[in-house]
Amino acid sequence: MSALTTIAAIVIISTLGGWMFRFAGQKGSQNAPYFRDMPYGVAVGYVLGAIVLLWLAKTYYLGTTLEAPASNQYFFFVKAINLFVIFALVAYVFRIFGRHVGTAGTKKLFRAMPVTAAFGVMIIIAYAVTAIFAGVIAPHGQDQVFALANVVPGGDPALGGNPDFPLGTDQIGRDILSRLIYGAQNTVGIAFATTLLAFFIGASLGFLAATLGGWVDQLLSRAVDVMMAIPSLIFALLLMTIASAWAGSEKGILTLYMVVIIAVIDSTRVFRLARAVGQSIVVMDYIEAAKLRGEGLGYLVFREILPNATAPLLAEFGLRFCFVFLTIASLSFLGVGIQPPLADWGTMVRDMSQFINFAAFAPQVAVAPLLAAGAIALLTVGVNFVVDWMLHKSSGLKE
Amino acid sequence: MGSLLRIVGQRLALGFLTLVVVSFVIFVAVNAMPGDFAQAILGQGYTEEAGDAIRKEVGLDKPYFVRYFSWLGAALQGDFGTSFAQASFTAYAGTGTGSGLGTVAAQLAPRFENTMFLATVAATIAVPVSLVLGLLAALYRNTIFDRVVNIFTLSSISSPEFFMAYILILLLAVLNPLLPSLSNIFDGMSFADRLNRTLLPALTLTLIVTAHMMRMTRAAIINLLASPYIEMARLKGISPMRVIVVHALPNALAPIINVVALNLAYLITGVVVVEVVFVYPGIGQLFVDAVKNRDIPVVQACCLIFAGAYILLNLTADVMSILSNPRLRHPK
Repeated sequence: MSALTTIAAIVIISTLGGWMFRFAGQKGSQNAPYFRDMPYGVAVGYVLGAIVLLWLAKTYYLGTTLEAPASNQYFFFVKAINLFVIFALVAYVFRIFGRHVGTAGTKKLFRAMPVTAAFGVMIIIAYAVTAIFAGVIAPHGQDQVFALANVVPGGDPALGGNPDFPLGTDQIGRDILSRLIYGAQNTVGIAFATTLLAFFIGASLGFLAATLGGWVDQLLSRAVDVMMAIPSLIFALLLMTIASAWAGSEKGILTLYMVVIIAVIDSTRVFRLARAVGQSIVVMDYIEAAKLRGEGLGYLVFREILPNATAPLLAEFGLRFCFVFLTIASLSFLGVGIQPPLADWGTMVRDMSQFINFAAFAPQVAVAPLLAAGAIALLTVGVNFVVDWMLHKSSGLKE
Repeated sequence: MGSLLRIVGQRLALGFLTLVVVSFVIFVAVNAMPGDFAQAILGQGYTEEAGDAIRKEVGLDKPYFVRYFSWLGAALQGDFGTSFAQASFTAYAGTGTGSGLGTVAAQLAPRFENTMFLATVAATIAVPVSLVLGLLAALYRNTIFDRVVNIFTLSSISSPEFFMAYILILLLAVLNPLLPSLSNIFDGMSFADRLNRTLLPALTLTLIVTAHMMRMTRAAIINLLASPYIEMARLKGISPMRVIVVHALPNALAPIINVVALNLAYLITGVVVVEVVFVYPGIGQLFVDAVKNRDIPVVQACCLIFAGAYILLNLTADVMSILSNPRLRHPK
């Protein structure tokens, strides 16, 4: 009931407040054009935004000042706000840094970059560094089992933590921080390799279909149509069932099978794009000229079509990577993806998901599974921000 | 009108053909599995006679194409065969239950209903919310509102389903106990109770699907705003809201209907992960369990149902976009 009254109060305040805000603005600024032409909806939006900001500030204040049992409810909220502010600040500084350091070209690039895209670029760089140097950064091995299981994150002995394991250990005593860091290497690395393979298959077949046309095109296109008629996650699960039967007890080879399966399923989407782009290139005069020169198929595909198709394919690469990454994470979460002992974020979320239920009285315990899931989300969000910016830039969609 | 019927008929025939081919792909894929089912089930107790008996009972002794057509024919009549796990149990225990509980169809029917319920609840929330948000974002494009909505939808599209699900569990079930985090649904529940337990998984699905639909609605409308007749309406001095609702929206209907149907198709498959997180007794969970146990008839039936729903919704999108677009209705 109280929720309903709160909502009603917010609606009433924002409808009245919106009108008052606009009226006050008009009077206070001697009818400046900005306030005079302000639609009512925008005014309401400002008031709603102000209410949300006030609520955020109040909750944050409560979360930082209250004592332990009462502040538990606000624990994640405070952490989220802290992280958000830190990330936004770092992204902002990163953009300023980019604007003043580097060649004229990169300076120009950073000048037109929105903060979200700067944030995305920063995230990608951070993940890449973590993935490449995982062996150096991680304090322990990814499958190293310690005698201390279920150590609480936070490193505070009074709350059941241990300074040796800043993020605690899981049920069988593996260091969560190390597994998160190695997870970057395994999950991101495997997803990246899968995307590369998908692009190799999809782009070469797509260009081939566009160049040759005729029955090759028909055959490939119809095959892709059939594969795309099955939802990709369902198809991947079906093929993983069969792959796991073939792999038997060799769990390591199952990961390899998964890479091939997801690459083939995802290459259908790449094929569609490559074929469409290729078809519009094939009719160009320079292709005609190259054909008349007597160039072979390989030359046509790799030296004439590919260089002219890189821009759309690059943007697609980012999107595909996100899709592949999420599919692999989902498969691992369902228990048929990347196999132990490799550390992997999807599997970590599944293994530690019960800890979330302790959040109300011991919020530190629930941090670990959310960190693994958040690591997946953060990377895809970052890549998407960058892709969004690239698409916006190349499409010339200004309105 | 005759040509319209013919186009729609062509699409339907094509959709049916796709379904048949897809069913064949599923059948071939499943039959590419190595090893012998009877051997796997009986394990140490495998004898030639017992193995033959099991193979005979589940029909593994017949040739390849005969099995495909008998499976397809039965599946079209709603009979998906006997679950391997159940069949082997009765054969091994030596007592047939005879009540039909072991058939895949009997396992699927209530779960299918549950999944449809979940998808319906999610769609009922998601479609209006995303259309309104998309309209507003197009109306107030390039303002702070548009940017905030853009950041939120982009983030929720890119997060994995289970991340959204656990965040919602954390916020709405653990920290503020408003909704149950486990959706144990059984027969004979009251509708309100059932809705209450379905709400959290439905909200998770809504968050993911809304983002997609809203962004595509916004893009469809903004695309139209560059056309000359919108310019004309603006020059007449019509309010921006009226320009969008009266002039742009009817022409944006085709892409929007397309987007809604595509996202409903996504809903059908997106349920898999969400059902596993919330232990919701739907097809998705059955499918994942069957994948882990390698219960072939159940895997086949679930794949066929998911693919069928997906094809059907894509087909609907196709037909609807033909019907709502005069240029496609009267091809040159």
